[in-house]
Amino acid sequence: MATPATARTAGLVVEGTADDTLVVRLSGPWTTDARRPSSDAVDHQLGVGGKPRRVTFESAGLTVWDSGLLTFLLQLIATAEVRGVEIDRRGLPDGVRRLLALATAVPQRRDTGNAGPTPSLLARIGVATLDLARDTSAMLAFLGEASVAFARLLVGRARYRRSDLLLILQEVGAQALPIVSLISFLVGVILAYVGAVQLRQFGAQIYVADLVGIGMTREMGAMMAAVIMAGRTGAAFAAQLGTMQVNEEIDALTTLGISPIEFLVLPRMLALALMMPLLCLYADLLGLVGGMAVGLGMLDLGATEYYVRTIGAISLADCVAGLIKASVFGVLVAIAGCLRGIQCGRSSAAVGAATTSAVVTGIVLIIVADALTTVIFDLLGL
Amino acid sequence: MSATQARITVRDLDMRYGERLIQRDLNFTIGAGEIFVIMGGSGCGKSTLLRHLIGLVRPARGDVLYDGESFWTAEPEQRDRIMRRFGVLYQAGALWSSLTLAENVALPLGEYTRLTSSEIAELVSLKLALVGLAGFEEFYPAEISGGMRKRAGLARAMALDPDILFFDEPSAGLDPISSKLLDDLILELRDSLGATVVMVTHELASIFAIGGNSVFLDAETKTMIASGSPTDLLEHSPDPKVRRFLTRGQSDGGTSHG
Repeated sequence: MATPATARTAGLVVEGTADDTLVVRLSGPWTTDARRPSSDAVDHQLGVGGKPRRVTFESAGLTVWDSGLLTFLLQLIATAEVRGVEIDRRGLPDGVRRLLALATAVPQRRDTGNAGPTPSLLARIGVATLDLARDTSAMLAFLGEASVAFARLLVGRARYRRSDLLLILQEVGAQALPIVSLISFLVGVILAYVGAVQLRQFGAQIYVADLVGIGMTREMGAMMAAVIMAGRTGAAFAAQLGTMQVNEEIDALTTLGISPIEFLVLPRMLALALMMPLLCLYADLLGLVGGMAVGLGMLDLGATEYYVRTIGAISLADCVAGLIKASVFGVLVAIAGCLRGIQCGRSSAAVGAATTSAVVTGIVLIIVADALTTVIFDLLGL
Repeated sequence: MSATQARITVRDLDMRYGERLIQRDLNFTIGAGEIFVIMGGSGCGKSTLLRHLIGLVRPARGDVLYDGESFWTAEPEQRDRIMRRFGVLYQAGALWSSLTLAENVALPLGEYTRLTSSEIAELVSLKLALVGLAGFEEFYPAEISGGMRKRAGLARAMALDPDILFFDEPSAGLDPISSKLLDDLILELRDSLGATVVMVTHELASIFAIGGNSVFLDAETKTMIASGSPTDLLEHSPDPKVRRFLTRGQSDGGTSHG
């Protein structure tokens, strides 16, 4: 089957005849991998000169053909229809004629809702605004339902499986320890290092202990644990609930009269709200150890000295502020993950989008909440 | 059949997804104890209609009445009470993937009955045995075949002995013999439990074998174009579209190719 390179080119000759007929002569291989002329040549011929009324085909020289020929012909037929030119398909091979009949048998559906020209900038802004409004009201509705579920939990009427809660607690708590250890230790090291470079200039290395102690407990412990949880657990929640949505499992709960919010979202929110403060405490400790490693290894501080300085620097208020923040972040991460999962569309692509959106929403919420709580704590003098 | 009381009445129902109209002006009645088939070509909104009937989607207009009681204007508690009478078999089973088959069937029982766990376990074994899955209690949905998942879904749908069973394409993806067995099972359930069965399907064999009454949805005119017993429709429907559907396109020759 070794064909010379020149033979891999499709041949096309267009001739006008006296009786207003355009003869299209096809030759050589008309396959998708051959070099094919575009239908523009014929389109052009249809528009000039005596304006032919008929197009006929000759395909005696055609060696092989596949969909490459069909796309060419479909384009040609579409142009001819627009110009009111009659197409005579008799000169085409039998198989081509049958496939063309099949392709043009069902007219293109116009009412499928996705047709129409690209909307203008103004229209797109309008649509985006409407989407935003719908998104916001959906989020508020979800928050409302989640609050109701929490209220029912407090009066002991919420319906969820205790074993699910325990499983999720293990998933978001114990199983997150390795990654939280690594990240918090390194954040402690980084904090100490940044401080050390500056403070050493004044011979005030010992204040590194204060910096790391207050920085970790008030801010970085909760923040880093929350960001890790957003990426690790928020994404997992969105993917789990999204897949359940695709699989109609959430519909199955609804038709049984079991609220998906209570059954699926509540244990997840509860688990994160309970586990985040613990993870935060653990992250604080590991961060302090990281700072100490820099203090001992790089700044030649004594272990006891560093320890005493740290104990002196951290107040109970710092720790409490960090823990409150961690709980808030935990609930936000759970809300972002579950909200996106429940809102997920019915395709695998939608699950991917929901997961991405859960992480982004989670991190945005964390940062905004952090700014707010910091200001509030400052006003309260905490 | 005409003497039976109306269990479900669909009144002036319009269905939309956002702006897009799916079906409009649907009016039909499903009698108690009937096997009612919702049929029509692909993409005409059969499954969407089912989702409206079981309360998952609010209609754009119109209402669904259960025993004369409006579903969509009812209070949420009332709606929950009506929904508790439903058993739904979803297209792919929709078993909860983190639970075993036994836990799947047991969940509704645990929610709505005051039975002890040993009583529930007995009921679960019974339901699974009814659909031919005895001994599969501890399997997870991912560990069994698609046909078995469907049957397990049926066992879960029957858990609370519902008096209305909904099926979304019960025989889709099943081999002819399994789908025949499922048809027999549905008939058996109707006869023994006296349940009303509503099913979405385009499996002609099932439609004629068990369908007592039906409605035909058309994608082009976006409304129902026929209703009645499928065998009657086959012989007497004035609409060529319906006859063509019921004869696999044989009645008027269809298009010339093929």
